Amino acid sequence: MPDTQTAWSTISAAAPEMYLVAAICAVLLIDVFAGGAKRPRLTSTITLVALAVGAWVTLDYADVSVRVLAFDGLYVADPLALVLKLSGLLFTAVALLYSRPYLERRGIAGGEYYVLALTALLGIFVLASANHLLTLYLGVELLALSLYAMVAFDRDSGVAAEAAMKYFVLGSIASGMLLYGISVIYGLTGTLAIDVLAQQLAADPSLGLIVGTAFVIVAIGFKFGAVPFHMWVPDVYHGAPTAVTLFVSTAPKFAYFALAYRFLSQGLDGISPVWTQMVAVIAVLSLFVGNVFAIAQSNLKRMLAYSAIANVGFILLGFATGTAAGYRAALYYTIVYVLMTLGSFGVILLAGRRGHEADELEDYKGLHSRDPMLALMMLMLMFSTAGVPPFVGFWAKLAIFEALWQVGATWLIVIGALASVVGAFYYIRIVKLMYFDDAPAQPRGEAGFALRLVLGLNALAALGLGLMPASLMEVCARALAG
Amino acid sequence: MQGFGILSVLVWLPIVGGIAVLALGDRRVAAARWVALLAALATVVLAIPLLTGFDRGTAEFQFVERLPWIPAFNSWYHLGVDGISLPLILLTAIMTVPVIIAGWSVIETRPTQYYAAFLIMAGLMIGVFAAIDGLLFYFFWEAMLIPMFLIIGVWGGPRRVYATIKFFLYTFLGSVLMLVALIYLYVQGGDYSLRALHELPLTLVEQRWIFLAFLAAFAVKVPMWPVHTWLPDAHVEAPTGGSVILAAIMLKMGGYGFLRFSLPITPDASRELDWLMIGLSLIAIVYISFVALVQTDMKKLIAYSSIAHMGFVTLGSFIAWDIAASTGTLHGAAMGLDGAMVQMISHGLVSGAMFLCVGVMYDRVHSRDIAAYGGVINTMPKFAGFAVLFAFANAGVPGTSGFVGEFLVIIASFKANFWYAFLAATILILGAAYTLWLVKRVIFGPVANDNVARMPDLNGRELLVLGSLAIGVLLLGLWPALLLEIMNSSIHHLVAQMTTSKLPI
Repeated sequence: MPDTQTAWSTISAAAPEMYLVAAICAVLLIDVFAGGAKRPRLTSTITLVALAVGAWVTLDYADVSVRVLAFDGLYVADPLALVLKLSGLLFTAVALLYSRPYLERRGIAGGEYYVLALTALLGIFVLASANHLLTLYLGVELLALSLYAMVAFDRDSGVAAEAAMKYFVLGSIASGMLLYGISVIYGLTGTLAIDVLAQQLAADPSLGLIVGTAFVIVAIGFKFGAVPFHMWVPDVYHGAPTAVTLFVSTAPKFAYFALAYRFLSQGLDGISPVWTQMVAVIAVLSLFVGNVFAIAQSNLKRMLAYSAIANVGFILLGFATGTAAGYRAALYYTIVYVLMTLGSFGVILLAGRRGHEADELEDYKGLHSRDPMLALMMLMLMFSTAGVPPFVGFWAKLAIFEALWQVGATWLIVIGALASVVGAFYYIRIVKLMYFDDAPAQPRGEAGFALRLVLGLNALAALGLGLMPASLMEVCARALAG
Repeated sequence: MQGFGILSVLVWLPIVGGIAVLALGDRRVAAARWVALLAALATVVLAIPLLTGFDRGTAEFQFVERLPWIPAFNSWYHLGVDGISLPLILLTAIMTVPVIIAGWSVIETRPTQYYAAFLIMAGLMIGVFAAIDGLLFYFFWEAMLIPMFLIIGVWGGPRRVYATIKFFLYTFLGSVLMLVALIYLYVQGGDYSLRALHELPLTLVEQRWIFLAFLAAFAVKVPMWPVHTWLPDAHVEAPTGGSVILAAIMLKMGGYGFLRFSLPITPDASRELDWLMIGLSLIAIVYISFVALVQTDMKKLIAYSSIAHMGFVTLGSFIAWDIAASTGTLHGAAMGLDGAMVQMISHGLVSGAMFLCVGVMYDRVHSRDIAAYGGVINTMPKFAGFAVLFAFANAGVPGTSGFVGEFLVIIASFKANFWYAFLAATILILGAAYTLWLVKRVIFGPVANDNVARMPDLNGRELLVLGSLAIGVLLLGLWPALLLEIMNSSIHHLVAQMTTSKLPI
């Protein structure tokens, strides 16, 4: 029997997860017992404080320079996990900040919302640190179940219920696929540990292994929302309350990155020629379908949903290289994309007001004359997402192209480049609506000063990281150095 | 030599000025105007040390600044000028001032944003010419699209939205292909610095593809026939200032790109495909001149005339090998390049001035139709004097800057092939035809209608702007050596670069 000192040192790397579980319990209890009209406000404030403390705990315990294994190798703490967890904490906190007034406006500001967001975050943490296929599965399910409930959070809304139902059914199938793929791989290799799996795989895979990998790819494609497993994305993005869409479209992307990286790049590294081809195909399909369908949308949330599909195509292009440079570019792209998406949905939340959701493209006509600051933020975010310098979205695309050139994937680059031109059209159309069109006078959004400040910082981050891209690239490089 | 210096000031001062103007807001528009003018003038004044301190005897980059920017891509914040970029930087700094003044009291919607957009444009354009790191160049090159997109879209004419989206997507498509080529070069050589790219050996197949990718970006910007169709739309719909900047500076970026990237990085492919470039240039000169002849819209006419004149730039840039083939020496090659450069600077001044002239008339009558005018000389004699001068310069009359560039390019192409020179020289006839016919219909004759009869002559502001451009046009026309001396070393260096094969042995 190891003494307690040793026992703690082997699991201390998992302190962020343990802390988060405790925080979830605390928030839940406070929400139940602290009564009164101010309850939702209190819960949200406590949640934000809990996230801030979580960042401190994560930095204190999970900041490891070498890989630390815990729980018999089920769990790993490495620089990648640290970056993903800190990003998850930061972006979850901002997302919750943006959504507070919205939830209050719609009268759905229950404390459960925050608890669900925290459990989703826990799922992200578990995925980020998974070193075993079952841990991966655990994280996927924890995250997915929280998200299903969040989508259905406005229980009186028919569209939201429909979206949640679709998400749940399709998501369950994807989970089944993942589990089936895992079982096939287990049957053929006799192991579920990612490290062991990586050592055992030969360059010449059996047919069974290829089939198993295909199932895993399907599941990853579904989670990311890549074509042809993207059917749920527009409906969920559109149907869910905007605050939930904001959450669903941002922080979980880190978890899916972890899922793809841990499973494919680490576990199945030995047979990377098999899965890079599959990933390349779904990446190209996503770029094509996402960009073309986005043009036809008249609802901004739906447009951003198709834009998400297209951007996932770029992330997957990074994986399709099968090289360290490609994973680095994919991680960079993921962080940058989440930053920009957070801002874009933040604008939708802030542009709305009581009884009016500003989610139709029409609502943005003449936004510039109503609310110049908000229009400027949206302009920066849209040009950034389109990949125009000096904004950070440009560097994300550049990093992907560079990784693709290193493996000589000429056609993927040409397709990616053309896709970004098609994509530019619908992003600049938003700018056109805001700046070039006139609209009858309407009241502005009701957002307070503090929120506008946060959104301003969010947009300025897209500019600042675009002017000085080196630091974030460095972070991504260090995260994947090990 | 390595830290921040004068070039950084020239890039960032207008941008900071633009942000300051933006911050002042439309409620303090009078103050904003003066801040904008001050920033533009300060940029011109600060560009003077660049000219006086420039060493004409070397082709090396001068005033170099090199600071780490993105270590992951080995890309540096690397600025410098040589004889090719210096005149273009000066042109950019100078042309921003009339643009600000021209919009002084004319722009009524969101005036501060108008000034801010132009100042930010100016900084980014100087950045394009000053960057000697491929990635930094691309960064400025693309960033420029955003203010121009807004300038045309917000302050343009009735079909502005169509024009600006067409402009954006056309140039974006071309640029993305250039980016792909740049990244390829980086992956091959591990360095984005321009000098390293110039020295990187490449096979003919690689060069061919890279040349075509660069061509996609630069040909759209120049614009060359047949990818010129965005330009008449953009010009016609842009506000006066936008047209001036488009014609005077943005078109030059295409020409600059050929001289800075295509020729030195892919010399063998340029040599192999020079027939394509010469052919497209001649089509632009002859065919587009005929197109210009039939225009009924003044701005459209000048836009087509720009395309024809830019044909001289591409012709002069790619004529060198044919000269070598027919005369056996490279003696005339530099002349073609000299002509291309002079043509760029001259066209910058002349076309800018012509658009300003149209702006002057438009502000009074609110029509761009040639048919809406006639006999302007009777009511605006001072204006008519300037308009005729710039028209002569556009037609390439000796004594004006327009003559020098065209003459050099025609002489150079004469050395290469009689028929090239013959076709190029048709512009002397066609250019004179469409420009002078325009002048005849608009300026001379009896007063056409009441609108024209009510036109007041130039005010002091307009007089100042047109007067200073007129001085520039005459100065370059009478004393072209001023410009040629600055470029001399760099042009010879470029000739050496483009005639040295980069094929691996």
